[in-house]
Amino acid sequence: MSVSKSDFNYIRELVLERSAIVLDDGKEYLVESRIGQVAETEGFGTIDQLVKALRKNSHNGLQSKVIEALTTNETSFFRDIHPFETLKDAVIPELLENRKNERRLNIWCAASSSGQEPYSIAMVIRENFPVLLDWKIDFVASDISETMLNRCRSGKFSQLEVNRGLSAALLVKYFEKEGASWFIKRNLQEMIHFQQINLSRELPYLPKMDIIFMRNVLIYFDIETKKRILNQLISILQPDGFLFLGAAESTINLDSSFERTDYKHSGCYRLKR
Amino acid sequence: MVEEAANGLEALETIQKEKVDLALVDWNMPDMDGREFIREVRQDKTYKDMRMIMVTTETAITKVEEALEAGADEYIMKPFTKEIILEKLALLGMDTSNASK
Repeated sequence: MSVSKSDFNYIRELVLERSAIVLDDGKEYLVESRIGQVAETEGFGTIDQLVKALRKNSHNGLQSKVIEALTTNETSFFRDIHPFETLKDAVIPELLENRKNERRLNIWCAASSSGQEPYSIAMVIRENFPVLLDWKIDFVASDISETMLNRCRSGKFSQLEVNRGLSAALLVKYFEKEGASWFIKRNLQEMIHFQQINLSRELPYLPKMDIIFMRNVLIYFDIETKKRILNQLISILQPDGFLFLGAAESTINLDSSFERTDYKHSGCYRLKR
Repeated sequence: MVEEAANGLEALETIQKEKVDLALVDWNMPDMDGREFIREVRQDKTYKDMRMIMVTTETAITKVEEALEAGADEYIMKPFTKEIILEKLALLGMDTSNASK
């Protein structure tokens, strides 16, 4: 399905206004494939027809569907692997020591998308740190999209999804199969509290975090929004906490309060002392 | 380099002739099936560094467990893509920088 220049601009402004996500020139293909799909499932023959309905606001929930279609992304379990190794080998061991008196750990996964990332973190914890079973773990996973959060809560994954990045050993240990779908086991699901958060707006109250995963999210925002988000993280992250960004992301030129750690390829940052 | 074998027995001959780092093993092969092949290879210390991934249309959890028990390092359910293989290789700590060839 093709998109006209004016329809593209309309959708681009809508997405910018609602989610602060920037669709550059050249992203027409993305709008064509993803909004084309929405147009089809919602019974519009063309993207043009869909945009007409958007303009008239005649179709309940259509705006949200369009925004969700353009802001959710393909992912895999243990994506890029290195951040999860750093979590296991360095981050959690250090926090175990630093928090041994309080015995509590706060974790925020800030763009949980279809759930692979928060559940990967949960598996790292369950698999390697049985001592944490006795700790109070506050694990928040958030996303802008309610549809995606509901998917996360259901813990349901397709065969293709469990094929991606998940070791066979973890698959048999933490998943159950029902028909053609795979469900994450309840004990993992119950570790996580799923909550809707729009990162481009002012953040709701969150406890001070020991670990924040905010990978491959900032890339979608304009510079001002990136700065504002990072600035909010300064007060949310514990002074000795850890922030994970995507491998291709950086705080350089955005916020000087953070410094990159030496953990290889894991995009792991801490607040400067 | 990529070698092909039509069944488990032929695959056993292949790994005796060539040093194989990674074997993608189909469960359903005539004469000697994938699981028997993996079990056989795992009993021979000569091949202790060889990685084996079961690639199959079998998708029951019990099948995944059986493959792991036989000694498979990983398990891929068909259909699969190149990315899926690369992600599994990364899990096994294998260098994938040349693997796209």
